Amino acid sequence: MNHLKTLTNGILKENPIFVLLLGMCPTLGTTSSAINGLGMGLATTFVLICTNSVISALKNLIPDQVRIPCYIVVIASFVTVLQMSMEAFVPALYASLGIFIPLIVVNCIILGRAEAFAAKNGVFASALDGIGIGLGFTLALTLLGSVRELLGTGKLFNLTIMPEEFGALIFVLAPGAFIALGFLIALVNKLRKVS
Amino acid sequence: MFLSLTIISLCAGAILATANMYTAGPIALSKAAALENAIKEVVPPYDNNPLTEAYNAVTTEGDSLTIYPATKEGKAVGVAVESNSRNGFNGEIQVIVGFDTAGTLVNYSVLQHAETPGLGSKMQEWFRTDKNKQSVIGRSLSQGNLSVSKDGGDVDAITASTITSRAFLHSINRAYSAYKGTDSQTGATTATESTETKEGGIE
Repeated sequence: MNHLKTLTNGILKENPIFVLLLGMCPTLGTTSSAINGLGMGLATTFVLICTNSVISALKNLIPDQVRIPCYIVVIASFVTVLQMSMEAFVPALYASLGIFIPLIVVNCIILGRAEAFAAKNGVFASALDGIGIGLGFTLALTLLGSVRELLGTGKLFNLTIMPEEFGALIFVLAPGAFIALGFLIALVNKLRKVS
Repeated sequence: MFLSLTIISLCAGAILATANMYTAGPIALSKAAALENAIKEVVPPYDNNPLTEAYNAVTTEGDSLTIYPATKEGKAVGVAVESNSRNGFNGEIQVIVGFDTAGTLVNYSVLQHAETPGLGSKMQEWFRTDKNKQSVIGRSLSQGNLSVSKDGGDVDAITASTITSRAFLHSINRAYSAYKGTDSQTGATTATESTETKEGGIE
């Protein structure tokens, strides 16, 4: 039961985007379409699960004074492995996410979870936490990407929902990301109060 | 303290080396495949391997572009030119342009750009849409460079993206000048160069 709580914690109660407001840079930068948001979310989820489990397994070997450099080395290694695999096997997605893949290294969600959760809990719980937070991040990015893609271009996952002329270009550009994110956070806050 | 950080860094290095070993091949393959698909898209059907016969040609601006010659049954059918322009709204635009032997633009494909989404990024579709004077496909550049209507040319620029349109046409003009430059002036060098490549292939 406790494990289930760890898993769902990141999706709803401590959703990294809508509640903790962490990792705003990739959130605003990569969500110009639903598929980009989903791809970025899954890439971050992979890194989160790997780093959380490895850091949790190594927590007794890492002295307190050098824990941050150690965490960063672990995170950077996984991100680079991910980057190389994406370039090799999904070049199209890699091209559209561009610089944001290597930037996962400095995503504060990952270092934040390593410091706040993985350094204090067991390997299994840390992996579950990684899955939960990762899914919450993916969900939020996909939602934001869908809203922006639909309002901006009239498409959803590249399927035309309404004619492109009805789309407001601003939603594909940076200002639209802030506007859409603001309204989504307001909506989530409202729903959280109700429940 | 130092020992543990060193050990962790060493392990990380080893993991990265292994990952690089396994992905370097597929990365090179997928890049070559993407380039070959782009070439296939922009030139008439061919039966040689343009990638191995590629050569560099000098443009009128002094730098050089890579040209991929396409031949069918030994006869030249056209070329694909990998061109670029640094005049884009957000940095460099890379395109691949195909010409047939008469110098008519067969097709083009935008390889890489950082133009504004929804505005400049339309260039992949815009310049092949047969509407008003938008399309550049089938145009011959032998009468001079292409330019947008605003600059006195006869190509309609993308709405609200004149800078991108100018840069795009700039890259096409550069591609043509590289192609024509080799064709008229240094045709002989081209021939020897491609034979050299072939010999190299046999060795």
